[in-house]
Amino acid sequence: MAELAWLVPVLPLASFLFISLAGHTVKGDGDRIGVAAVGASLLLSLAILIDVIGGARVAADMVWAFFGSIQLRMGYQVDPFTATMLVMVTLISFLVHIYSLGYMHGDVRYKRYYAILSLFTASMLGLVLADNFLLLFIFWELIGLCSFLLIGHWYEKQDVGYAAMKAFLTTRVGDVGMFIGIMLIFFHARTFQFDGVAQAVAAGDFAGAALAVAAVLIFAGAIGKSAQFPLHVWLPDAMAGPTSVSALIHAATLVAAGVYLVARAYGIFAPSPTALTTVAWVGGITAIFAASIALVMEDIKKVLAYSTVSQLGFMMVALGVGGYTAGIFHLLTHAVFKALLFLASGSVIHGVDTQNMHEMGGLYKKMPITFWTWAIGSGALAGIYPLAGFWSKDEILLAAHEGGYTALFWILVIAAVFTAFYITRATILTFFGKPRDKKRFDRAHESPATMTVPLIVLAALAVVLGFANSPHTGWWFSHFVYFDHPHEAAASPFVLFWATASWVVGVGAAILVYGLGVISRRAVIDNLRPVWVLLKNKYYFDELYHLVFVRGTVAISRIVGWFDRVVIDGIVNLVGYGAAKLSRATGEFDLDVIDGAVNGIAVLVRSGGAVLRRLQTGYVQSYVLALFVTVVVGLLVFAFGG
Amino acid sequence: MTLSLSVVLAVSALMFGLGVYGALTQRNAIRVLMCIELVLNSVNINLVAFSRYVGPDQALGQVFTVFVMTVAAAEAAVGLAIILMVARRKAHIDIDQINLLKW
Repeated sequence: MAELAWLVPVLPLASFLFISLAGHTVKGDGDRIGVAAVGASLLLSLAILIDVIGGARVAADMVWAFFGSIQLRMGYQVDPFTATMLVMVTLISFLVHIYSLGYMHGDVRYKRYYAILSLFTASMLGLVLADNFLLLFIFWELIGLCSFLLIGHWYEKQDVGYAAMKAFLTTRVGDVGMFIGIMLIFFHARTFQFDGVAQAVAAGDFAGAALAVAAVLIFAGAIGKSAQFPLHVWLPDAMAGPTSVSALIHAATLVAAGVYLVARAYGIFAPSPTALTTVAWVGGITAIFAASIALVMEDIKKVLAYSTVSQLGFMMVALGVGGYTAGIFHLLTHAVFKALLFLASGSVIHGVDTQNMHEMGGLYKKMPITFWTWAIGSGALAGIYPLAGFWSKDEILLAAHEGGYTALFWILVIAAVFTAFYITRATILTFFGKPRDKKRFDRAHESPATMTVPLIVLAALAVVLGFANSPHTGWWFSHFVYFDHPHEAAASPFVLFWATASWVVGVGAAILVYGLGVISRRAVIDNLRPVWVLLKNKYYFDELYHLVFVRGTVAISRIVGWFDRVVIDGIVNLVGYGAAKLSRATGEFDLDVIDGAVNGIAVLVRSGGAVLRRLQTGYVQSYVLALFVTVVVGLLVFAFGG
Repeated sequence: MTLSLSVVLAVSALMFGLGVYGALTQRNAIRVLMCIELVLNSVNINLVAFSRYVGPDQALGQVFTVFVMTVAAAEAAVGLAIILMVARRKAHIDIDQINLLKW
């Protein structure tokens, strides 16, 4: 089955082509074709995963072009990591496709939505199958494009259009670095292939500062795509898109591509302590920084967005401190429970038609399925035993602790406290307490089956997935996906204590403040007003970027515009004026001298003809006389002239 | 009796002179035509005479003469036809009054 891996992205691609070209000819604008294509990809991916677990590996490529003596090869590879990613992407995508049948029902651009959803799925699958940096970069840009199109799905609203542009341009900043990094790798390793580059590193052909620089530049691409500090600003704004899109793209797949990239290129990170430390610290700063903003957000999707940024930071820390498997495992569990949370929030938004949590409350009775699935998802996010997040977060903390990164360990613990706090706060504000908006509460209702079934499936997964890498299964996942050699995690009571303490403290504090009202919310805010204002304004990053980059660009454009108008236009006008003068002069020369000469010749010929035509009298005898005289004179000259 | 070449040439020159004089001075077109015939025939005499005295074993001059006579006949026919047409249009054939062939 694994040889058919190429078919996995081709099916959604075919569905994209069909829906966009002929979707309107079938019932439902071809939405069921999209669902069927991704469903088939899911089944195929599962078969491939089973094959790969059984030991199958595939690497197929072909020569695509020649650069002098260097072959450029394109192909795909299936290893445990790729097989796992294939299943994860197709599963989430399949569930989102089904969910969207209900969530996007009757939307203005239903067909476009499904077409691009298919294209996105195809591109993401291509990205995880690619066996070289160049092909990966192509798909990398394709998912960026799809993200842009889907964030801007309701582009009539100006904010939405701006959010789409912001997402596109911000990630582009990282992509430039990444492309330079790829070229640097090609320059040193003479190949784009992952295994070829790894061989060059192993052979020592590619090492030292060049390797570290290349790794950090590659990481720049991951910073942009995975919304790491300082390029995190686009992800919260990307919530302007449909919630189903947020679940698929901005929780599970696209933002995970950055983590995937670092993991896939781990061969160039591992030998460079500088690169690894950079990854770890960027991740750590992002984790705590985004979690702290999530504490005060009022928009339920913004909470989840900052939560996603923070959790991606956790994954980066894991990769940075050497916990390769831990990072990938968290990527998988996070994809499941964060997609679940987003889809559940979408179900809530569908019911009450607002994203502001202060207008919700008491919804648990009205939307029981949504509530219970949300509760499982938030428990997983907080890291409560035995849900998925517990196992993966514990692994990351353990990796940081074992790697000797003490400062990062404590940062992650605090970020975990924040995580438990903000998700509990969101749960209480949304589902418990008195309804704060009577009208919205009255119209709230449980969502249709197309939306609740995916929630239930994801919730079930969020419960069981964690066991894939737990003592109960003998750390199975660590033996399946690993770098270099399997890492046997030894359970540490110290780490276990702090991991548990973090969620107990976070959840407990949130219940005290929001649930029981023991601690007054007002009092907390009043006592910590400067901090609260800082968090509320997201550390003023948007303002800072606006001031530095947007205003800066405008100012530079002004100066360039002035230069253009005054200097360049001046030169152009001067040249034009000179050319006009010159052509006038040559025009006069043409009229007077050249035309004069031509006319003069004509006049000469005409007057000469007027004189000479007198010779032609018309009397035949005069001609004959002339002939006779000429002959006689000619003869005389001939005879006597010598 | 054998005539010397110079005698024959003298007769020929005389005929040529008469012909040219007539062609230049006569007003009547028919006469001009007749004078041109004289010029042509003087040339014929020349050709025959030189053939006879310079290369008697070959009849080159005589052959040329036959050609000249043929051309002269054709020329006379065309000339007379032109003159006939002029006579019909103008009711005279005075050559010094016919000057249509100018610019």
